[in-house]
Amino acid sequence: MGRRILFITTDQQRYDTLGVNGGQLSRTPVLDKLAAQGIRYERCQPTSVVCMPSRSSMLTGQFPSTHGAWMNGVPLAIDAPSVAENLHDAGYATALIGKAHFEPFMDPFGLYAENALANLGIPTIEQDWFDGRRGVHRGFDYLEFATHGVMGPLHYAKYMNEHHADAISGFYQVVDHSLNVNAAGGGDTGAPQVKFNPVPREWYHTDWVADRTIRWLEEQRDDRDWFCWMSFPDPHHPWDPPKSEIARVPWREVPLPVNYPESASEREALLDAKARHWREWYDGRVVSNYEAPAKWVPSTLTSDQVREVNALNAVEVELIDEAIGRVLKSIEAKGWGDDVDVIFTSDHGELQGDFGLLFKGPYHVDGLMRLPLIWRPALSTKPEPSVVRAPVSLVSLAATFLDVAGKPAPSWAEGAVLPSSDDEAKARSFDATFTEWDSSFFGIDVHVRTVVTEDYLYTEYLPGTMHDGSEGELYVLGDDPLQRVNRFDDPALASVRATLAEQLAGHEHRPGERATPGILMAPV
Amino acid sequence: MVPREVVNVASLRHERRIAATADVVWDVVRRPESIPTWFPGIVSCTVEGDVRVITTATGMEIPEKIMTIDSTIRRFAYRVTAPLYTFHLGVIDVIEIGQFDSLCVYSTTAEPDTLALLIAGGTVGALEEIQRLAEAVKG
Repeated sequence: MGRRILFITTDQQRYDTLGVNGGQLSRTPVLDKLAAQGIRYERCQPTSVVCMPSRSSMLTGQFPSTHGAWMNGVPLAIDAPSVAENLHDAGYATALIGKAHFEPFMDPFGLYAENALANLGIPTIEQDWFDGRRGVHRGFDYLEFATHGVMGPLHYAKYMNEHHADAISGFYQVVDHSLNVNAAGGGDTGAPQVKFNPVPREWYHTDWVADRTIRWLEEQRDDRDWFCWMSFPDPHHPWDPPKSEIARVPWREVPLPVNYPESASEREALLDAKARHWREWYDGRVVSNYEAPAKWVPSTLTSDQVREVNALNAVEVELIDEAIGRVLKSIEAKGWGDDVDVIFTSDHGELQGDFGLLFKGPYHVDGLMRLPLIWRPALSTKPEPSVVRAPVSLVSLAATFLDVAGKPAPSWAEGAVLPSSDDEAKARSFDATFTEWDSSFFGIDVHVRTVVTEDYLYTEYLPGTMHDGSEGELYVLGDDPLQRVNRFDDPALASVRATLAEQLAGHEHRPGERATPGILMAPV
Repeated sequence: MVPREVVNVASLRHERRIAATADVVWDVVRRPESIPTWFPGIVSCTVEGDVRVITTATGMEIPEKIMTIDSTIRRFAYRVTAPLYTFHLGVIDVIEIGQFDSLCVYSTTAEPDTLALLIAGGTVGALEEIQRLAEAVKG
């Protein structure tokens, strides 16, 4: 027997939401314990700060400019590489339970397998007419899908419709009548995407994902390895956790985030020092991407709304931690407790009040780019607990899973196996990570490239309809951990900037075969 | 400041170069009732006069009004009249490039903009299928 792999992802969760990472709002004892037993990464970056490109990078081990799913709404090619396929071929049972999102969710014509599978109510697709080339969909032989709320044809929505239809109206409606991200406010403060949801906790999607994972695990044989991707839709907006749980974090007692400037003049000065689209979005003059409500203007965000959003986010983080705890107990009960590698991360972050903003977009700062990442190797390997401060990327996950399974990294994987210590990171040259943004949204094109090193965060805005190619941002992480002082044009850092620009150019021109960029097929 | 273009309504376009005569390509798309044969995800339709109602693979029924079927310039235009749309115009143009060389252009202009994107996404597969059907015709 080899090592089994439990891969846990959340959606849109910041680094600083975990207790072990210094978070003060949520209690996360389960994840904190995993971190204490294994490896905690202090600077893990996504390849993209939105779901589909980032998740596709987890699956393929490739950057968006290689796998081709370059923005939300662009499907990952059906023949894209998949680490799950390699694990399946190596004899692993493979499951993905929760949010996948390699393909557009909005799908009126029923074009995508994720939606079609769920619509048919089937979790297993070893059928010739369903991507028969692989036998299973993207290498997973078991799939059950959920997303934010009760939407579309996905398995969780079917479950709610079949068993708890009366509770559906309690969820926040993520999109409005025009299918834009809903700007309607709720809760006590009128914050966008907030609602008090009377749904019982055990019917909420966080517990559903854990329940379905436990059920799948219980069906696995002792003599077969498995790879299970348990993918929670939370704490992504909407912030509508079960109302029964919200007293855990009373929003009126929540301190404002350290990077939330309370005065409008301070916010505006900070934004004006960045590339122009920051301020234009804040003022409601530009909506450059689908991921934030088009009809919501960030400058209207109040301090109390920031507190309430962060409180509800913290509740969702706690529920996830507890759900993970239940799954780990079920693994213990099966007698596999020492033989499972657990890897936890998120696909991207959330601004959550930083610079007076919410949601996400082409804003490459820690709120969106610094992620929680914990790797607790199987205890049978007697892992040495450590903290890795070197920059690492989600692009390394695919190679890491295969390494755990005792398999070499395939030629298509662009990320190397995660280091287990800073010494190893140094020896293996983990010195920079790269994050890409490309979007084309109704006449607004934005293209961003960022490199993060131990010392710097450097961003270039490529020519598009918002930028002429001359703008950028450079932050000195040691002096300016909140990325407030843009030193892009500081002559004192000219040589640093040149070196970082060279690294970005090296990323752009890296060798290897690239997929044809996919076509934008839906908003998300 | 980089000058911006005007985008008051979402207007999207996909196109496909097809190795077939323009008349053959036009023959694939010109009949309103033929749409289930070349638009993936549209499983059936009814046509009465200039009203077409399509049914998608997800069970949605969407009413449309046929606006133009012009064989002289090989243009098919229609509007989705479902209340979800405040405006929609879909146009398929078949343009002759050479004897067995055509360009098929499928344009979608609609409000709300997100719905334009959804329809236009579907037209990508439609163009692939139009190409497949047209290029399968001999002669």
